[in-house]
Amino acid sequence: MNEPSLLRLERIEKTFASLRALDGVSLEFRAGEIHAVLGENGAGKSTLMKIIYGAVQPDAGTITWRGEAGPIASPNEARARGIAMVFQHFALFESVTAVENVALALPERVPLRELARRIEEAATRYGLPVHPWQEVHHLSVGERQRVEIVRCLLQSPRLLIMDEPTSVLTPQAVDQLFETLRRLAAEGTAIIYVSHKLEEIRRLCHRATIIRQGRVVGEVDPQKETEGRLAELMIGRTFPQMQRRAKTEGAIALELAALATPPAGPFGTPLAGISLRVHAGEVLGIAGISGNGQAELLAALSGETRVDAQSIWLCGEPIGALSPGARRSRGLTLVPEERLGVGAVPEMSLRKNALLTAYGQRLVRRGVIDRGAVAAYADRCISGFDVRCGGPEAPAGSLSGGNLQKFIVGREIEQRPRVMILAQPTWGVDVAATALIRQRLIDLSAQGVAILVISEDLGEILEVCDRVAVIAGGRMSPARDVHETGAEEIGRWMAGGFGAGDAAPATEAERVA
Amino acid sequence: MIGFQLTRRARPSRAMQWLSPILAVALTLVVGLAVFAALGQAPARAFHAFFIEPVSDANGIAELLLKASPLCLIALGLAIGYRANVWNIGAEGQMYIGGAFATGLAITFQHDIGMALLPLMIIAGAIGGMAWAALTAFCRAQLKADEILVSLMLTYVANLVVKYLVYGPWQDPQANNFPLTVSFEDNALFPLLASLGWSWFDGTRLNLSIFLTLAAIPLAWFFVQRTFMGFKLEVGGLAPGAARYAGFSARGTVWVAMLIGGAAAGLAGVTEVAGPLGQLNDRWTPGYGFTAIIVAALGRLNPLGIPLAALLMALLYLGGEAAQITLQLPKAISLVFQGLLLMFLLGCEVLINFRVKRVARPAPAAAKT
Amino acid sequence: MSGSLTPLVASALAAAVPLVLAALGELVTERAGVLNLGLEGMMLMGAVASFMAAAHGGGLGAGVLAGIGAGAAGALVFAVLTLSLQASQVATGLSLTIFGTGLSAFLGRDYVGSRARATFDDLPVPGLSDIPGIGPLFSLNAVGYFALVAIVAIAWFLYRTRLGLVVRTVGESPTVARSLGMRVARVRYGATLFGGAMAGLAGSYYALAQFKMWQEGLTSGNGWIALALVVFSTWRPVRVAVGALLFGGVTAMGLYLQTIGIQVSTFLLASLPYLATIVVLIATSANEQARRRNAPAALGKPFFDGD
Repeated sequence: MNEPSLLRLERIEKTFASLRALDGVSLEFRAGEIHAVLGENGAGKSTLMKIIYGAVQPDAGTITWRGEAGPIASPNEARARGIAMVFQHFALFESVTAVENVALALPERVPLRELARRIEEAATRYGLPVHPWQEVHHLSVGERQRVEIVRCLLQSPRLLIMDEPTSVLTPQAVDQLFETLRRLAAEGTAIIYVSHKLEEIRRLCHRATIIRQGRVVGEVDPQKETEGRLAELMIGRTFPQMQRRAKTEGAIALELAALATPPAGPFGTPLAGISLRVHAGEVLGIAGISGNGQAELLAALSGETRVDAQSIWLCGEPIGALSPGARRSRGLTLVPEERLGVGAVPEMSLRKNALLTAYGQRLVRRGVIDRGAVAAYADRCISGFDVRCGGPEAPAGSLSGGNLQKFIVGREIEQRPRVMILAQPTWGVDVAATALIRQRLIDLSAQGVAILVISEDLGEILEVCDRVAVIAGGRMSPARDVHETGAEEIGRWMAGGFGAGDAAPATEAERVA
Repeated sequence: MIGFQLTRRARPSRAMQWLSPILAVALTLVVGLAVFAALGQAPARAFHAFFIEPVSDANGIAELLLKASPLCLIALGLAIGYRANVWNIGAEGQMYIGGAFATGLAITFQHDIGMALLPLMIIAGAIGGMAWAALTAFCRAQLKADEILVSLMLTYVANLVVKYLVYGPWQDPQANNFPLTVSFEDNALFPLLASLGWSWFDGTRLNLSIFLTLAAIPLAWFFVQRTFMGFKLEVGGLAPGAARYAGFSARGTVWVAMLIGGAAAGLAGVTEVAGPLGQLNDRWTPGYGFTAIIVAALGRLNPLGIPLAALLMALLYLGGEAAQITLQLPKAISLVFQGLLLMFLLGCEVLINFRVKRVARPAPAAAKT
Repeated sequence: MSGSLTPLVASALAAAVPLVLAALGELVTERAGVLNLGLEGMMLMGAVASFMAAAHGGGLGAGVLAGIGAGAAGALVFAVLTLSLQASQVATGLSLTIFGTGLSAFLGRDYVGSRARATFDDLPVPGLSDIPGIGPLFSLNAVGYFALVAIVAIAWFLYRTRLGLVVRTVGESPTVARSLGMRVARVRYGATLFGGAMAGLAGSYYALAQFKMWQEGLTSGNGWIALALVVFSTWRPVRVAVGALLFGGVTAMGLYLQTIGIQVSTFLLASLPYLATIVVLIATSANEQARRRNAPAALGKPFFDGD
C-alpha cells in the first residue's frame, strides 16, 4: 500500500520514575491500513498508545500528523484531529445509558434523541447491534464493546486504536469484529491493532511492528511470517522448553460437587452447579474468558465466599463452609490473581508479607509473632525462588511483577500444600520468572501435589497442564486431556457449547486420599 | 490553575514522615501569632502567655501531665483502630460512659468496700467504654452502618445519658438541685502523687492515674509491633483485599479496634471522675475524645509519637485557659488552633507521598468541562 | 384532631428546611465523588457569619450572603486540601468541623444570647396557608420556599443537564472521566463549593429564621444528621425532602407530646433525632447491594491526575 502517511512517530522516549517505558521508538501509520503493534505485557505498547491518544506526553521525539509536526496535547485534541481509541477496559460509565456515554465523548452538544438515531444508523451500517437507551450496567461484555466502538465511529475517526479488543470475546464475536474492522479500513480509516495474539494478527493485519522492552525490534508483513517467528521477535529468544514428566493418576485431592454460588455483585456471574475433580500429582487448567465465573469460583475455593460444606472436598473432607485459614491449615494454598493489594501488601516488607498466609507454619506463638521464624521462612522463599529484591525488609511494592510473583508462589509452595490453586499465575510476569514458576509447578505436581490453574492465557494452560476444562457463563465443561483437544474445541466451549459437566460426583472410596 | 505540579514519589519519603508534623506545628504557630497580632496583642507576649507561662512552675507541669494523660491514653486506643481503617469518632461518648460506670460503682459502694474500690472502678470504666463502643461495633460489623456517624450520634446520646443521671437518680440530695453527684470518698479517688511522698508535686493535682497511661504506651507499642492481632489490624487497614485473602475476619477487626478504643476512652473517663473531678456532673465535657483524634494524627498513629503529640495538645489546652484569664480571649480559641493544626498536618502530608514543583503553566487550551 | 396537628407539621417543616438545604448541597458534592464531613463546621460558620452581618446593620440580604460566603470559604479550604493536596477526605472533613466549631464560637463570643437584628418572617400564601394539616407548607419564609424550589432544581440539574451528567460520571469513575477529557478537579471543586454554600445557607437559617439568636453549637449536630440523610435518600433529591421531613417530625415530636400532656423525659426526647439517625443508617445500610448500586462508585476515594 502506498497510501500517504497519516501519523508518524520518531524517536519517542518516555520514562516513568525509574522505568524506561519507551526508548527511541519510531513507527508510521497509513490510511486504510490495519497495523498491529505487537509485544508482551510490559513491553511499552500501552504507553505508546497513551501518547498517541494524547493522555501522556513523551519526554523526547517528534510526532507528525498528516504532514504537520507537533505534540498531541490532550485527549480532546486527539479527538479533534480524528484519533479515536477503544480501550481494553472500556471507558464506559455503568450508571448511565449508552447514549449518554456517547454524548460525553463527543465534542459538540447533540440532543440525545438525534444522537440515538445516529447510533442506530452506525450500528446497522457496521453490523454492531446496540441499544442506545439501555443503562450500561445491564449490557453484556460484548455489547459494551460495541458501544465503545460505535462511540468511536460516530466521531468519524481517521485513526482508530483497538487495545487488546478480543480478550473478552468468543471466537464467533471475534469474527464479527474483524469484519467490521476490514470494512472500516476499506473506507480509508487507519487502524492500530494492539495485541499479543499472534494468530489474530496474522489473520487480520497488513503490517506488524514488534516492540520489546521499549524498543522497536522489527516491522514485518505478518501474513508472510510464521507464528513462531513472530513469537521469537516478541520474546527475544526461543521459548525455553518445559521439563515435563508423565502424569500420574493419583487419588482425588480436590473435588467440586455441584458447586453453586450467587453472583459476586450486581454484574457478576452465578456458578451453576460446577463439578470437577483434580487428582494428586496432576495439573488441571481451567480456561475461559474473564467474567465467566472465575472470580466467583476463586472466592468459593479460597473461602472468601462460604458455600455448602459438601460442595468442595479436600482429600476426602468437606470444606465448603470453612474459612480461608481453616482451609490453609488443611493443606490448601492459593495464589490470587492480583499481586498488589491481595497477594501481598505493597507497603509491608517481604518478611511481613510472608506472615500474611504462612502464619500456620509455627510463625506465631500464643498470639505473639516469632520474628526469627518469620525471617527464616521469608529468606527460604527469597533464596529458593530467585527473588531479586532489596533485601527481606524491602517493601513488596518495590519489587518487579515477576519477582513479587515468584515470592508469592514460593510462599505458598513452602507451606507444603496438598492442593495448590493459582489464578493467572504469569500475567504481567517477565519471561524468565514465567519459566521458573511454570517449572516449579511441574516439579510440584511430580511430588504428588494437585494443582489447579485458572488462566485466561490458553497458551499457558496448554503448556503446563495435563488436563483442561473451560468455564463459561458459570458452567464447567468436561475436563479433557490436553493432547486430545485443541484451540477450536476449546473456543467452542468458551462460547458455551458443551454438555453436562464432569462425571458424577466421586464415590466415598474414590474420595479418600 | 495554581502553578504547582505534584508528581507521585516512587516510595514515601522517610524524612518527610518526621518533618511534616514539625512543619505543621511551625505553620500553626506562625498563624497563631498572626492571629494574636490581629487581636491587638503583642505576639511575643501572647506566645509567652500561651505557651511558656502555663508550664513555668511545678503546678503548671503537673497540670500539663494531668491533661496529656487522658489525651495520650485515648489516642493510643484510637490509633490502633485508625491503622485498621476503623474510624471511631465517638471516644468522647465512650469516655462519658466509662466515667459513668465508675461513678455508679463509687456512689453505691464507697462506704462499703474499702481499698478494693478503686481497682474495681478502673475495670468498670474500661467495661463502660467498651460497652458503649460495642454499640458502634455492632452497627458496623454486623449491620454494615458507617461507624463515623453512628459513633458520633452515640456521643450526643451519651452526653444526654450523663445529664439524665446527674439531674435524676444520681443527683446529690444535698446539692440544691445542681446536676452533680456526691463527691467521691478517698477510697474512690486516685491518690495524689504528693500524698505518696513525691514532694516535688506538693500542691498539684497530679495523681496515680498517670501510671496507667505510662503503662499503656509500651503495651500499645507491643500490640502494634509484635502481636499477630496487631498485624491483622494493620493488614486490614492497608489492604482489605489481602486481609480477606489471608482469612482475617473483617468483622473481627472492627470489634477489636472499636473495643480497644472504647476501653482506652473508658479508662480515661475513670481517671477524670476519680481524679481532678472527684464526682460526675453535667459540666464535664472536656472534648478529650475529639482532641485525641488530632493527637493520634499528629503522632502519626505511632505509639511512640503519640505521647509527644499529647503533650503538645495539652499545652494548647492550658494555653487556651491561660489566654482566657490573662488575654481575655474565649476558651474556644484552643479549638481553633486544634483545627488549624490538623489542617496543616493534613496539608503537609502531601510532601510524604508527592514531590511539589513550581511550574510555569501556559494558558490551558480551550477544553470542555 | 387535624387542627392540633398543624403546629406539629409547622415545626416539622421548620426543622426540615435547613436539613434539606445542607443535605441537597452535600448530595451534589457526593455525586461528584467527594465526601465532605465538615458540614457541621460550615453550617456553624454560616450561622455566625450571617448573624454578625445582620447585627452590623446589613439586613437580611447581607446576612444571607455572608452565610453562603462563609460556608463556601470553608468548602474551599476543604477542596484545596483534599482535591489539590490529596489529603484524606474523612480526616479533612473532621478537621474542618473542629475548626469551624471553634472559630464560630470564637467569633460569636460577644453575641451569645443576643437576638438577631434581622430575621426572616413567614410569607403565607393567602388561602392555601389556612388548609388544615398541610397549611404550614404554604406558610414558609423565603428560605423555606427556596428549599422547595431547590429540591426540584437540583433533581432537574442532575438528570436533565449536561453538567449534571458530567457530575454524576465524575463521581462514578474519575479515571474514565479524565480519559474522556473531563476536568475532574474543576467539577469536584465546583460541587464542593456548592455544597459548602448550601451548608452556609442552612446555618444562616438557624441564626436568622429558626432560633433568631446566636449561641455556641447552634446547630446541635444537625450537620451530621444531614450527612446521614444523604445516605438515607440513596443520593436522590426528592427522597432527601422526604427524609428531612421525617427527621423534622421526630424533632418536633417532643414538643408535640408535651402539648398533648404526655410526660416524657426531656433527655430522651432530645436524644430522639440522634437515635433516629442511627436507625436510618442501619436501615439503609442493610441492603448492601442496593447501596452499592446507588452510591457514587468513587465516593471518598482520592483521585490524582497524574497516576
